Amino acid sequence: MNDDPARTDEPGRRPRMAVHKFSSCDGCQLALLNAGDALLRLAERVELVHFAEAGPVDPEAAVDIALIEGSVSTAEDRARIVRIRAHSRFLVTLGACATAGGIQALRNFTDGDEWLSSVYARPEYISSLANVSPIRDHVHVDLELWGCPVSGHQVLTAIGSLLAGAPPAVPDESLCLECKRQQAVCVMVTRGAPCLGPVTRTGCGALCPRFGRDCYGCYGPAEHPNTQALGRRFAGLGLVDEAIARRFHFINSQAPVFLEAGQRRRGNHDD
Amino acid sequence: MTERREIRIEVPVLARVEGEGALSIEARDGRIERLELRIYEPPRLFEKLLEGRGYDEVPDAVARICGICPVAYQMSAVAALEQAMGIEIDDWVSRMRRVFYCGEWIQSHALHIHLLAAPDFLGYGNVVELAQAYPELVRRGLRLQALGNDLIRLFGGRSVHPVGARVGGFHRAPSPAAVAELRLRLDAACADTDALLDWALALPVPDADQDFVSVALRHPHGYPMAGGRIVSDRRLDIGAEAFEAHFHELQVPHSTALHALHHGEPYMVGPLARLNLNHDRLPAALRDRLHAAGLRLPSRNPFHSLIARAAEITFAIGEAARLLADYVEPASAGTVVAPRAGLGFGATEAPRGLLWHRYELDDMGHVRSARIVPPTSQNQARIEADLRQSLERLGLEQPDEVLRLRGEQVIRSYDPCISCATHFLRLDMRRA
Repeated sequence: MNDDPARTDEPGRRPRMAVHKFSSCDGCQLALLNAGDALLRLAERVELVHFAEAGPVDPEAAVDIALIEGSVSTAEDRARIVRIRAHSRFLVTLGACATAGGIQALRNFTDGDEWLSSVYARPEYISSLANVSPIRDHVHVDLELWGCPVSGHQVLTAIGSLLAGAPPAVPDESLCLECKRQQAVCVMVTRGAPCLGPVTRTGCGALCPRFGRDCYGCYGPAEHPNTQALGRRFAGLGLVDEAIARRFHFINSQAPVFLEAGQRRRGNHDD
Repeated sequence: MTERREIRIEVPVLARVEGEGALSIEARDGRIERLELRIYEPPRLFEKLLEGRGYDEVPDAVARICGICPVAYQMSAVAALEQAMGIEIDDWVSRMRRVFYCGEWIQSHALHIHLLAAPDFLGYGNVVELAQAYPELVRRGLRLQALGNDLIRLFGGRSVHPVGARVGGFHRAPSPAAVAELRLRLDAACADTDALLDWALALPVPDADQDFVSVALRHPHGYPMAGGRIVSDRRLDIGAEAFEAHFHELQVPHSTALHALHHGEPYMVGPLARLNLNHDRLPAALRDRLHAAGLRLPSRNPFHSLIARAAEITFAIGEAARLLADYVEPASAGTVVAPRAGLGFGATEAPRGLLWHRYELDDMGHVRSARIVPPTSQNQARIEADLRQSLERLGLEQPDEVLRLRGEQVIRSYDPCISCATHFLRLDMRRA
């Protein structure tokens, strides 16, 4: 990332930016569409060449920054992300789907064809890969922004850093630290709620504990997560293995740390 | 002697709609021979991934179907799950859920009108260009959108995938101080909604009267949001549990979204269908204002959907202010849930129209089966029917560019939420 992102090939040209959608709910694009004035200011600093939901459509244009929402679930997706990578200087994933497969990756635990044929009368009309995968499984990713949804503040800050030629800083400490700073009452200690806060990355502002409920891990794994100890704690709270596995296998089921933690419980290993 | 002219219009990526879709048309001799609204979002199979999950996991899971209307998914789901487990919610929960839902209508409609549709009506390619020509119009839209988002945040912490709703009520009640602050903003927003309604009512609208069936909820008292019966302007009047007997889905080769038909016909759901069937439930001042501006209801012009959205923003802001006027923090923000087996149905009015859920639970409260019928699937056949009529009326001798723009404008006026449309439904194999 020592390449100067603001470098332009033509003098006076604004940096070009694209927002691409893969399999997703569009919620991370709302980080931009809900940004209000900040979006209009961003549109003055960069040339938005492709952002179908907002208007401009030019998916093949060369860009300085490509923001990717959604995960790869079809052969066409796989070819498209390779083309996007080839004409993008910085490729940034937005949110849980692009970074860890997202909720639709839950189908990786089953026989995908069986699911398709149980839902569709004519599954042959639907072309779909056997597994749903994050962007990094297919191309080099320069920066990953976690969250379901991603935080608008993080997205705008990261774009600002890239435009300024500085490496963006993305926090990866555990949610518990933010929760303590917010002086929220610990829901696991006080009411035995199976909170994923100890192993989940900060970024949401510790919303769930502040609403009196357990974190469900929508920002993905934090640094140094001890999922084994947390799994044992959940068992101590009375959760059966299957329920513990489901805690880890939800929004970020394909993040390796959560994937392994859930599979360990499904394998009924004694830990 | 007529000249044969073949036109092929391909719009490979539809701009300014939520999700990814495409349109292709082939016409010959002044008639459209083939018209396909292609929704090619890959299937996400939500109904299958819910199987085996606990009832308490469902609101967080179904929110992920759509980033623009997560509240609608959560509210249809909790209604169905509460019915399945025989849970009665109290009056405070039911009123606050309505406020929460108002926030989503305001946010989604403001985003649609200003960022997605207004450029069409004023001849700009996108909101950034529009903002240079009409900065105050766009700022007003952004202010309303932000107010809707903040109303959702009051109950859910964040406006995309809020975390506050649960089966039985909410995880936490908002503080009176936070409510008081929002009430001030709701009152102050009247200037924006006045200006928005004036603007929407004065917009030149293409002449596009059509014959279509409107379907929406109808409630004994208020303008419909959650609860009530499913009605149409062809005398349908059923409870949510009877939906499957009157609406059928079928798979078409060109789209990953199923088409829904009502007694074999396309039908419309969404703000105009709601307004057509429920304008008598609007506050008198708002109803009079629409009437004074010359809007005749029910309207047969699908482009009046934009006016319907502006009217619903105005309504929702007044409704939220009314429901929060005597706010008192309750002792409990919801009912305690005791899981049990059951079958439940939930129908609510998402910003884009009727959103129907059905869940079957086992005695631990785990989902045995789920079925979700989102508004865009329901509108898809109607959008295709509208496109045929609108483009043939405009005249297929028009330049391709004119036809393409009108086609996109028609599609956008339905505000299709394509991500939602692509989690599919078990097919009803009883159909003929």
